[in-house]
Amino acid sequence: MNLDDALQTFIAEARDLLHHMEEALLRIEQVPDDVDTINAIFRAAHTIKGSAGLFGLDGIVAFTHVAESVLDKVRANELDVTPELVALLLQSGDHIRELVDHLVRGGEVSVRVAAQGQSLVEQLSDYLDDKPASHATASVVNVPAEFVPPTTHGGGEVEADHWHLSLRFGRDVLRNGMDPLSFIRYLGTLGQIVHIVTLLDAIPPAASMDPEICYLGFEVSFKSQADKATIENVFEFVREDCRIRILPPHSKISEYLDLLGDMPQEQDLRLGDMLVRCGTLTPNELDTALRIQKAQSHMDGEAPLPIGEVLVGQHMVQAPVVDAALEKQKQRKDSKAAQTNLIRVDADKLDALINLVGELIIAGAGASLAAQRAGVPELLESTATISRLVEEVRDSALDLRMVQIGGTFSRFQRVVRDVGKELGKDIELVISGGDTELDKTVVERIGDPLTHLVRNSMDHGIESAEVRVARGKPARGTLKLNAFHDAGSIVIEVSDDGGGLNKERILKKAIERGLVTEGQNLSDKEIHNLIFEAGFSTAEAVSNLSGRGVGMDVVRRNITALRGTVDLDSVEGQGSTVRIRLPLTLAIIDGFLVGVGNAVYVIPLDMVVECIELNEMDHDGGSDKRYLNLRGEVLPYRRLREHFEVQGHPVRRENIVVVRYGEHKAGLVVDRLMGEFQTVIKPLGKVFQLIQGIGGFTILGSGEVALILDVPGLMRQVMTGEELVEEHRLAPER
Amino acid sequence: MGVTVERVKDGLYRITVEGEMTIYSAQELKDQLLAPLEQCTQAELNLGAVTEIDSAGLQLLALVRTEAQTQGKTLRIADPSPCVLDILELCDLEGFFGDTVLVHVVEKTP
Repeated sequence: MNLDDALQTFIAEARDLLHHMEEALLRIEQVPDDVDTINAIFRAAHTIKGSAGLFGLDGIVAFTHVAESVLDKVRANELDVTPELVALLLQSGDHIRELVDHLVRGGEVSVRVAAQGQSLVEQLSDYLDDKPASHATASVVNVPAEFVPPTTHGGGEVEADHWHLSLRFGRDVLRNGMDPLSFIRYLGTLGQIVHIVTLLDAIPPAASMDPEICYLGFEVSFKSQADKATIENVFEFVREDCRIRILPPHSKISEYLDLLGDMPQEQDLRLGDMLVRCGTLTPNELDTALRIQKAQSHMDGEAPLPIGEVLVGQHMVQAPVVDAALEKQKQRKDSKAAQTNLIRVDADKLDALINLVGELIIAGAGASLAAQRAGVPELLESTATISRLVEEVRDSALDLRMVQIGGTFSRFQRVVRDVGKELGKDIELVISGGDTELDKTVVERIGDPLTHLVRNSMDHGIESAEVRVARGKPARGTLKLNAFHDAGSIVIEVSDDGGGLNKERILKKAIERGLVTEGQNLSDKEIHNLIFEAGFSTAEAVSNLSGRGVGMDVVRRNITALRGTVDLDSVEGQGSTVRIRLPLTLAIIDGFLVGVGNAVYVIPLDMVVECIELNEMDHDGGSDKRYLNLRGEVLPYRRLREHFEVQGHPVRRENIVVVRYGEHKAGLVVDRLMGEFQTVIKPLGKVFQLIQGIGGFTILGSGEVALILDVPGLMRQVMTGEELVEEHRLAPER
Repeated sequence: MGVTVERVKDGLYRITVEGEMTIYSAQELKDQLLAPLEQCTQAELNLGAVTEIDSAGLQLLALVRTEAQTQGKTLRIADPSPCVLDILELCDLEGFFGDTVLVHVVEKTP
């Protein structure tokens, strides 16, 4: 097993666990006595500590250990859950996350993080009567109760038991990058090391000693509720080149005898002494054992039993222990199945699959085209079936990348709580539409902008409790996060019931900053959306959360980078809503093919509302009139032929494709309508990235290349074009 | 990582180890620790500046101790840093080196 891979798994798991821990901590604030939740928090901390120990991540182990000790007290009802404690534990969780992140980045932990850890440890220690002691002794407290296997022993007896571990590490262990001591340390997290004898005798005289060879051996008596498999797993990584014997509690004397016989290079008496010192055997038992051994070797005149046989014998004798281990494993499996039915898949593999599906779609389109040309009915029929199947494969492949946005949303419980405390505002977060799905890459990149919006709403939007009461609103502010699907995009709303935006103030500021000129006629919406301009901030007091005026424009830039848009609605005195609109997926879309001259363009089908003929009445004969009357509605339009400067003459009968994006509709004038087409979006090369109105390209069944229209981008141009016209008209009058 | 040897008085050397005593430096450390032992009658091994120690480091300490014993020399371990103490405690070897710290001339094996 590659240790790097294992470390990656550890990092992923630790992040998951920290996330669960945080959720549980937030829950516990509401229901302080919920035993399950307390256990969940404890388990998370415990598991992180345990796995970190396996990798010798001493920093994480040491810190988590202190947090875990505090949690253990909570579990034992020795400590009450107070908001302060929860806050402290949340910070501790953050700190562990930082430590884990450091692992990813590599390098030393920064001074700031180290100092933060120190101060947290001090604060946590205040909750412990006794200051944290060394690993081995302190971990006694930490044997988690749920680890008690359904053994055959009674409660009192378990106390008296211990395991005996006989460890002889292989010569190459150190060279292989493993440190025997870290295994011992980790063992300490599973239970209590009652006694340990370190064997240094194997170290040869100085001349022949190679400091890179491991000569160490340990005899350990170990008290733990863990089952044999768990203890064995501690040595998973070194099992192959080390001799490890694990004797369960209450093993028979004969088994110790085997152990004695198994270590032929060591003097029996010495090992026997050690067993006595470890408290594993009484002197009497040792005597008996040695007598039996002597008698045996007299009888056989041969070496003791081979290891394999001994082990088998051991398993048979220890049937109850094995059963317990199996039972425990089964329980764990069952509960896992109930929890989640998920597999972790490398995102790269998914991307590769999507890519293949993309190629499949292109190839399928080629086959359909060929079938149409050949005109063989059977062939047409089968290509039709294949197309349908390919479409289904595409949908389910894309579905794999879809994740619910709920996970991202629930992170904000914490943000709202923390920021609320910081600002001294009581704010409730209401989440809806958490099961709305969107592409994983989008989800990953939407977190930051959302955080900013949420903070902004809390800081500037929601008023302080006094102001709210004075305005006749409930003292407790409400922040809503909502998500839903709409016309091939996902809409995420962040709304608050705060003071809303002050139009005059925004306008004043915008004029001050030179964003607009005085006397410019702006609609409410335009004024509101000014806050997304670079260098704009209306906060009178700059807090450390927001108000530096670097926020909203960054939000907009991030969202635009995802091919999305953001806008804002606000009613003064009642609150505001920021609406983010994002494409569902970044890889494959249903497209609508249109032709202009010899070129073929793809319009995302989700955005197409209808197609109408541009009739003679509306025909402008090339003048700059860019509107038409669509059943009483004003529809701005634009000729693709002009936009892309396609050569040749316009055809006699042009068509308008009416597209909608958000609340806006616009018309695109094209020569031909060519129908639906599954489109794999291929990104354009760097050279073409600056071209406005094109979002990518795709390959048609015939092998031709078609450009994909960036409808939002085009729409903006259509709109601004409209404004330009207006300004032209207004200018002479001024 | 570095070892400095200081002559305190005739026959008494102070060997100070700085930095890590791990597998990465074990090879060099072995020679650097054993060399001064040859020349002195008494040695003080100062471990106050050891920042990290692993199994390889522990083995070296044991080696130096045994070597001092066989050469009939006095070895004191002085000012062990927290990580050294920690590892000794973990392996229950405080007694092993404790003997050396307390009893100047070590004659008996534990």
